[in-house]
Amino acid sequence: MMWDWTFTFEILPVLARAAIMTVQATALGFTIAATLGLVLASIRLAFPVAGVVVTVLVELIRSTPLLIQIFFLYFVLPKAGIVLDAFTAGVAAIGIHYAAYCSEVYRAGFENVPRGQWEASIALNLSPWNTFKDIILPQALPPVVPALGNYLIALFKETPLLSAIAVLELMQTAKNIGSETFRYTEPVTLVGVFFLVMSLVSAGIIRMLESWLQRR
Amino acid sequence: MWIRMLAAMLAATLVLIALLSANAEYRLFMPGLLEGAVLTVEITLLGAVLAVFMALVAALAKLYGPLPIRWLSTTYIEIFRGTSALVQLFWLYFVLPQFGVFLDAFLVAVLALGLNIGAYGAEVVRGAILSVARGQWEASIALNMSKAQMLRRIILPQAFTAMIPPWGNLFIELVKSTSLVSLITLADLTFKAQQMNQTTLKTVPVFTLVLLIYLAISLTVTIVMRLLEQRASKGLTRGRVA
Repeated sequence: MMWDWTFTFEILPVLARAAIMTVQATALGFTIAATLGLVLASIRLAFPVAGVVVTVLVELIRSTPLLIQIFFLYFVLPKAGIVLDAFTAGVAAIGIHYAAYCSEVYRAGFENVPRGQWEASIALNLSPWNTFKDIILPQALPPVVPALGNYLIALFKETPLLSAIAVLELMQTAKNIGSETFRYTEPVTLVGVFFLVMSLVSAGIIRMLESWLQRR
Repeated sequence: MWIRMLAAMLAATLVLIALLSANAEYRLFMPGLLEGAVLTVEITLLGAVLAVFMALVAALAKLYGPLPIRWLSTTYIEIFRGTSALVQLFWLYFVLPQFGVFLDAFLVAVLALGLNIGAYGAEVVRGAILSVARGQWEASIALNMSKAQMLRRIILPQAFTAMIPPWGNLFIELVKSTSLVSLITLADLTFKAQQMNQTTLKTVPVFTLVLLIYLAISLTVTIVMRLLEQRASKGLTRGRVA
């Protein structure tokens, strides 16, 4: 059974619609990851005691599979009375998983800001919050953009996992087409091609952003 | 220092598993989950062997191969890094049979995960080889070594030390991505968990135990890699200076 072009063009619009869901999941997931990651890293910076809890939490999240975490939010949370629909649970799990990675990136960013900057802010009588917001963050963030970009691509490539809880993103749509028509070749390959193209394009954009930040 | 902390975490995890197993509701699930864990570990080990092999071959091909080989290896690396591991798994499992190649699920799992991690590993190996100080190359040329001798005796042993920490991270990624094989019907840890969850609806014990077992496996991998790192770097001062 070889490649069938007619079939390919038939399923292309269906897959394109599913791709929108994939992109939405990526955008929402990464927003959660980038924000929550910054919060976690800031907690670690500001409150050493709470920082220990954050560290253990981050290690726990990074050492267990994302798929299990998705199941956890989707199946276990309802037992505690929190019922999330599949898309929300999936996106939340992906966001929290990558927040753990992003928090390490931010931490490295904070550690890169010279100590003298803190001391100078104290000398200028800035409050800790103002120091953090006006002095430290603007210096810590630009260097970590490339690393965050890598996690954006990694997160994007994990969205097919949402198909495990039947969210209608690309992979689930391809699976559905496959089980209806008994042809997996075209849908699964097209999903692969879509991810490859999107990954390469985003890698290019991130590289451009990186060199733009360096020139500034 | 770090190793001791990790060992303490591993011990705590194991104690927690043991304590939970004292509870009848939890103990019920342990035999099945451990059975699944064995498959998870098997796939991890075989996948790791394949990944290291592919990474070495692809990195050396990309660095020193003739142009067509170089392109081939770059294509392999970009395709497997650019698409999702799940897509690769599905492709090998559902698409290959349509071209007349039938592989059983276990083989597909090892192949897909090994090739996936191997592609990431190739860049690790390439980076490590390139990080060996230039003087080492020049000295080997001065000693009239052949390219193969240079690589085998001088460059790779030094690159090896630099490779261990990133490989540790990749092996953890591998452990985590083995959970995907449950989606092509292999009865690994995740598959068993889902099955038990569906048949007994005891969601909390099942998924708690699964998380802890994965944590124990990942921590073990991290500890082994840290010990390896310690041994490999003993008595070696790696020259990061030009």
